[in-house]
Amino acid sequence: MTLAPKLARALFRRPLAEPVPPAPDSVVQALAERLEAAARRRLGRSLAIRQVNAGSCNGCELEIRALSDPFHDLERFGLRFVASPRHADVLLVTGPLSRNMREALERAWACTPDPKWIVAAGDCAADGGVFRGSYAVEDGITHALPVDLIIPGCPPTPAQLLEGLLALLEAQAGPAPPRHR
Amino acid sequence: MSAADRFPNGAAAECRPWPRHLLDPARWAALAADDSLTLLSLWAEPGLVHAAFLAEGGLLLASCPAPEGRYPALSPARLGAPLFERMIHDLWGLSAEGGVDPRPWLDHGRWGLVAPLSGRPVQTMLPPPQPEFLPAEGEGLHQMPLGPVHGGVTESAHFRFHLQGEAVLRLEARLGYAHRGIIGLMLGKSPRSAARFAARIAGDSTVAHAWAFAMAAEAAAELVPPPRALVLRAVMAELERIHNHLRSWGAICEAAGLAWPHARCAVLREGVLRACAAAFGHRLMMDRVVPGGVSGDIAPGGAAAILSALEAVAVEIPELAGLCETHAGLRNRITGIGIVTAELAARLGAGGPIGRASGRGFDARRLPGQAPYDELDPVVPVLPEGDVGARLRIRIAELRESIRLVPAMLARLPEGELRLSLPQRAGEGIGMVEGFRGECLHWMALDDGGLIRAVFPRDPSWLQYPLLEAAMQGGSAADFPLCEASFGCAVSGVDL
Ligand code: SF4
Repeated sequence: MTLAPKLARALFRRPLAEPVPPAPDSVVQALAERLEAAARRRLGRSLAIRQVNAGSCNGCELEIRALSDPFHDLERFGLRFVASPRHADVLLVTGPLSRNMREALERAWACTPDPKWIVAAGDCAADGGVFRGSYAVEDGITHALPVDLIIPGCPPTPAQLLEGLLALLEAQAGPAPPRHR
Repeated sequence: MSAADRFPNGAAAECRPWPRHLLDPARWAALAADDSLTLLSLWAEPGLVHAAFLAEGGLLLASCPAPEGRYPALSPARLGAPLFERMIHDLWGLSAEGGVDPRPWLDHGRWGLVAPLSGRPVQTMLPPPQPEFLPAEGEGLHQMPLGPVHGGVTESAHFRFHLQGEAVLRLEARLGYAHRGIIGLMLGKSPRSAARFAARIAGDSTVAHAWAFAMAAEAAAELVPPPRALVLRAVMAELERIHNHLRSWGAICEAAGLAWPHARCAVLREGVLRACAAAFGHRLMMDRVVPGGVSGDIAPGGAAAILSALEAVAVEIPELAGLCETHAGLRNRITGIGIVTAELAARLGAGGPIGRASGRGFDARRLPGQAPYDELDPVVPVLPEGDVGARLRIRIAELRESIRLVPAMLARLPEGELRLSLPQRAGEGIGMVEGFRGECLHWMALDDGGLIRAVFPRDPSWLQYPLLEAAMQGGSAADFPLCEASFGCAVSGVDL
């Protein structure tokens, strides 16, 4: 196999990355209100994401991993996955919060530097989903941590995940919204 | 030897399609040593332990009473038994007498309860104990903990390495972090309403698990699902195999340091998932297989979407598969690494591509009466090497075979009903479905009202984690990501 034809093909093929729908204004507005102006400046237009699995069925992970494929191409938006919570701006948490994972999640959150977001991805993370009420789960991430954004779905599609993550980016761009007190 | 010869005057419970033999402790212990049987699963209900063995011509089910909470251990003679025995202790509070490993497994001491499924769970306020790991001995040893929170987007598990320099003396997996209490949630519900838990045992195997669960429920209630539903189930199961094998293929290449095939596999896989969504209304086809049949028909245009996505995969396979032979770097990384010997695979009864890459040719699709596969005659590839490369090549061969099977099934989709309602009655059944990682084995007992009295869903990963540990022994810690990708076990499947 020579390289030349492959290169030529790659040069003339259009990229596979697809456009995404804009995040709903109401969501962006609500998120922006959660963020101090100073934090907004520090986060800028990029986010480092650390995914934490708090007892998921692995369905949510499949769709989160699909965000890095050439169709969704997360990195073109300034979003990237990082290997440690210490390098992260966002914890993207899946699963109903199994009791066996609670301490690990809290520790990951504790070593994520401020300012930081926490996103609950999937119906399980939102409120325990189908596992709600089991002896082994805490019925959602809100039981342990101050969730900023919930992305519903079982599992949420890559498009839904992207929409949610872009809402975070939008919220930290632009000037601080007036605070309603 | 048939079951009737084995137990000439033993009592048998009416479990369909294979009866379950009620044994006394002595006979149960004797079964453990029988070399012609392969242990597939071990589980319990209050006061009783059950085992499923693979015998010539089908399954052999056996039960042993556990008066005073104890039963004779199978683990001294069975490599696959220790994890099950630890799980039985954690969930049902029954102890394996003479077992090789009494440490807790799924119970990390954080549920506030002991033995949640024992019928009399005891509240506890004790602080969670420190996990214990098996020791290793040697000069200059050090330990390396990995997880439960990992560097990638993955499941939560802890791996403990005992290292001597780079060399792995011992790897031990500690699971249970994703324990959601699935069996507890299923109990007392009708199979129809418990099916959503079966679909979420392992999201990547949702079709296979939901099908095995439905098969057990249908066997228990003596219902034969309509032919159209059976073929649609098999179409979905093969699509699930295709998208997961593409994912594993990409993951192995990525772990071997090759970005291009990883990206191409992801693109092809996304095409398949979109076709699944177009045809069945959900990318992973969750909740489509239900007891009694399927929840809905294939959408108009769905078959065409599937065929064109599969065509796209088929076109690219030769070039991508060729890399395993022509790309020196890739070939180097996948050859001779993470070896599972044929002897070990056979002793553990490892299923799926892991078993088939180590010479164990079992595939549940080839069991007698496995409609609709009995008419399709799926080809099952087997290789002897047992390394990362063999596991990858098996997946590629299976992918090709599934791409052949799906159009054949779509072309001959029988007309008729999609779903029958499950009669509300007592019964007991077992179902086995070949998922992409191996056979999913579900057992279920219904009470007089048709509600689940006892149940156990066994993911193939139960018998594969011990092999992953064995495959890493003596290898280099740096090879772990590659080895793990080539195994592709499901934490959630074991964690329940
Ligand atoms: S939301 Fe659904 S897909 Fe995600 S972890 Fe829960 S059950 Fe699995």
